[in-house]
Amino acid sequence: MRQDIVIIGGGPAGLAAALAAKEAGAKQILIVERDKELGGILNQCIHNGFGLHTFQEELTGPEYAARYIEKVEREKIPFLPETIVIDIGEGENGEKEVTAMNKERGLFVIYTAAVILAMGCRERPRGALNIPGFRPAGIYSAGTAQRYVNIEGRMPGREIVILGSGDIGLIMARRMTLEGAKVKAVAELMPYSGGLKRNIVQCLDDFGIPLKLSHTVVDIKGKKRVEGVTLAQVDENKKPIAGTEEFIACDTLLLSCGLLPENELSLNLGISLNPATSGPYVNESFETNISGVFACGNVLHVHDLVDYVSEEAAAAGKHAAAYVKEAAGNRPLEPEAEKGTAADGTLKKTISYREETPVVLEAAAGVRYTVPSTLHLSRIEDVQLIRFRVDDVYRDVFLKVYFNDTPVLSQKKRVLAPGEMEQVRFKKEQIAAFPRLEKITLRIEKEAG
Amino acid sequence: MERKEMICINCPLGCILTVEQNETGEVTVSGNTCPRGAEYGRTEATAPKRVLTSTVRIREERGRVVPVKTAAPVPKEKIGACMEALKEVEVALPVQIGDVVLEDAAGTGVCVVVTKGIRG
Ligand SMILES: Cc1cc2nc3c(=O)[nH]c(=O)nc-3n(C[C@H](O)[C@H](O)[C@H](O)COP(=O)(O)OP(=O)(O)OC[C@H]3O[C@@H](n4cnc5c(N)ncnc54)[C@H](O)[C@@H]3O)c2cc1C
Ligand code: SF4
Repeated sequence: MRQDIVIIGGGPAGLAAALAAKEAGAKQILIVERDKELGGILNQCIHNGFGLHTFQEELTGPEYAARYIEKVEREKIPFLPETIVIDIGEGENGEKEVTAMNKERGLFVIYTAAVILAMGCRERPRGALNIPGFRPAGIYSAGTAQRYVNIEGRMPGREIVILGSGDIGLIMARRMTLEGAKVKAVAELMPYSGGLKRNIVQCLDDFGIPLKLSHTVVDIKGKKRVEGVTLAQVDENKKPIAGTEEFIACDTLLLSCGLLPENELSLNLGISLNPATSGPYVNESFETNISGVFACGNVLHVHDLVDYVSEEAAAAGKHAAAYVKEAAGNRPLEPEAEKGTAADGTLKKTISYREETPVVLEAAAGVRYTVPSTLHLSRIEDVQLIRFRVDDVYRDVFLKVYFNDTPVLSQKKRVLAPGEMEQVRFKKEQIAAFPRLEKITLRIEKEAG
Repeated sequence: MERKEMICINCPLGCILTVEQNETGEVTVSGNTCPRGAEYGRTEATAPKRVLTSTVRIREERGRVVPVKTAAPVPKEKIGACMEALKEVEVALPVQIGDVVLEDAAGTGVCVVVTKGIRG
């Protein structure tokens, strides 16, 4: 099987990337999805709050997904369901080799000019939590609980404590309360919540569920099934403070300790990952260090707004289509090649912009990371968007941007929090006009300066 | 003059709104990024409402449910009663987005609709 673009993952990122690639003229596009249906994590996010910025209306997760699925079906973009990609390799001739597996065909290889990574993220494994004691039944990740309740219609328990105040945990606190469970507390190790403000208001405050900041679980009682947990306050070094322990009886402990990009495939391929996001470093085209491999959505960096996922993925799809055109010497790859009748899939090795030294984006003083992390000046957008997250909660500060060492922007921010993704835009002319631009630095500073 | 700070929950941007109500009961909202924020601040200060999302059972099938939502926001204090009413609802497959599963949820005058198409 030979393709122009293979998209791994059929969530909102994969769907938007496919549509944009098609619109930009790519011919042979294939979406590979491990699940039975398209839509990704949105299928279990039955709450509303999706799509306000794209559709000016407030949709639930499945409704948002349906809008894109319908378009993909209308465009007749093929999709392989229940197929998992297990490896991506690079062939001699610059082609990518995607190894996939499904029940019908077993193990098979798809040859393609470009690959778009859209595998989403997974929940941080519970082993990383380091809770001592037994491992009784009744401990679930918040995402697993979400699937049980919203897709399968069964409740994991009746009396619940949630560790971690990430969005899934907050959403599940409300969901299980509505279904008649008693959510006794949400404990958060950090002095601030990792979830969106709106979720704290409408999921906890609305129902009087206490949020205990700077608290953690120090003990789990129960051998067969959870009978209760002991919470304790922690100090600045996240160490439990003796004497602050409090026992709470419960039958279920939900863990909502954050998400991590799904990056096994990326690592095997030799893609360099940004330790701050655990996702790939990408340039303005959402292309990784490996030419022709693009990334978007939660596999790139964890998003809280699906609208941003779709927007970013559309850019990745468009750039992948442009890459295919250039790599194939401005001719579409021949789909018939599989049968040995046409082109052999040889791709041009030198992609013009790849020869250029890109401008480096630097995340400094309070800025944890930026996406993208490099910019090829010849390929920046008319309005180039830079997304970032901060490393702590800041009040009444300024976002400063420097071109080389010259300050070019100072923006007042009332509140910045690690849970909320921020963005800043530059006009192409402004970037292009700066003499010998090598580095763009983002910093959080106290003074307007 | 009464002054309240609140967070707009209409979308994940979570703008911080300042809602002021003067002696004549007139409400002004600032801090919103879009018009929905102003609307939200006004209602939240006077009669708070929420869209309720939940699931309903599928007739003669276990292990799978259909997601639903109220077609419009309902008064906050009616949420519990709406959940009670939804417990009684069962649907038959197939269902499509927008299918009405409950006409008037707990006397709110708002109907409850399907949010995901599921084939038989
Ligand atoms: C609980 C929760 C609540 C949220 N609430 C909101 C909200 O209120 N508003 C909002 O705007 N956004 C919200 N978001 C954010 C938004 O839903 C996500 O950012 C978005 O769904 C990410 O899309 P994605 O396509 O990158 O990933 P996903 O939706 O996770 O899709 C990835 C897909 O890739 C597939 N896949 C993975 N690996 C492979 C492989 N090896 N082979 C084949 N297929 C593979 C997976 O099966 C999956 O279908 C929420 C997210 C969560 C988790
Ligand atoms: S004011 Fe508008 S942009 Fe701001 S949170 Fe509300 S709906 Fe979102």
